[in-house]
Amino acid sequence: MSEDWDVVVAGAGIVGAACAHECASRGLRTAIVEAGEIGGGATAAGMGHIVVLDDSPAQLALTSYSQGLWRELSSRLPAGAEYESCGTLWVASDDEEMEEVHRKRALYATVGIASEVLDSHALAEAEPHLSPALAGALLVPSDGVLYPPCAAEYLVRDAVRLGAKLYSQFKVVSAGDGLVRLNDGTELRAPRIINALGSEAVTLLPDLPIRKRKGHLVITDRYPGFVHHQLVELGYLKSAHSIATDSVAFNIQPRKTGQVLLGSSRQFGAEDSTVDYSMVAAMIDRARVFMPEIGTLSAIRIWTGFRAATPDKLPLIGPWQDDPTLFLAAGHEGLGITTSLGTAKVLVDYLVDGETQIPIDPYLPARFVRSEAHA
Amino acid sequence: MPDASISLLVNGAPVSVAPGTTVAAAILMSGPRARVSVTGEPRAPLCGMGICFECRATINGFAHKRSCQVLCEPGMDVRTA
Repeated sequence: MSEDWDVVVAGAGIVGAACAHECASRGLRTAIVEAGEIGGGATAAGMGHIVVLDDSPAQLALTSYSQGLWRELSSRLPAGAEYESCGTLWVASDDEEMEEVHRKRALYATVGIASEVLDSHALAEAEPHLSPALAGALLVPSDGVLYPPCAAEYLVRDAVRLGAKLYSQFKVVSAGDGLVRLNDGTELRAPRIINALGSEAVTLLPDLPIRKRKGHLVITDRYPGFVHHQLVELGYLKSAHSIATDSVAFNIQPRKTGQVLLGSSRQFGAEDSTVDYSMVAAMIDRARVFMPEIGTLSAIRIWTGFRAATPDKLPLIGPWQDDPTLFLAAGHEGLGITTSLGTAKVLVDYLVDGETQIPIDPYLPARFVRSEAHA
Repeated sequence: MPDASISLLVNGAPVSVAPGTTVAAAILMSGPRARVSVTGEPRAPLCGMGICFECRATINGFAHKRSCQVLCEPGMDVRTA
């Protein structure tokens, strides 16, 4: 069987779902192929923190753009997506980190993201369970949280409503030269193929610079009001940067249910999805430094997932090498939920009329091909 | 008849139990009111060995304690809702 489409999207994680939704919204005849459940991979494993991050100017551009797109979309999301504009508190341990708080506030203002510096007294009032020894925090009120698998499901269902077709439980066995082959022999022809398979993108393109970076999360029973904002230690970036070693950081989130979601860990070279209790213990120890009472809560589940990490911590968005029909939307590491909507806009703008709201250049996959050629 | 020498409060009502009594038993002794699920359904201690989580109660202000795994102590404040 052979079918013709304007676009075929491989992968219905949050990024593939967003791309398919954007394509269908523009009137493109769109097919989306998913081997498992919609949003069943890294999308289901992550925290669902919609967050502006400034690891690099390009990351700041994509996250702030995307955060705005989520706020626009939020009123249309179903209740199950549990979108909540709870804001992020970047928690500073000492005076040195308070300098970082001020730097961050000024930088965020340059991209139109308002934020507020809290001193230690204001922080204690905002989050009474935090340690009184902390120096303060930066409050970014426009950040939020959601339940990503339901958001992905919404995006796919809305794309289908707009005319897209979902190939559920089909595996893409090859993609290129305008042709996507599925495991049952079905051939989907399209002048544009988007590989949005996350850490599995390498199964179709072994040369992609994407590695799995394992993470653990813990969720507690319901403790309404225990925490009000997503709390992240400012040292998070230090640990997220550390590529050589396993690392943990204090990162905690209130769910609408009253449950508390606790992260986070980062490990390269750990391909096994088994829970590593030494990492969980390190996460909880780290959390207790910031929130001593966390140890009194009852955890009900612990799970792991794999981020799709690139060497420069920016996603791969755009054409891949010599095949003019093949495009990437993958490699979003820990920011795929946030940046899915921005990724979809940037990529589909690029495909449709070549003009994007934010420059696509920093995310073009060709940056790795170039650097290898000059190495 | 064991010596009911430990007094505690279950949902504000005094209960006296023998040493070695679990909080789950004290909840059952105090009346029919155990936990209510998030969808409003009544729940009660079931497995008695810390597995089913149906006996959860707030003990001395700490929520979601498995009451079948905690022994009664004098002056304890136990709440099932």
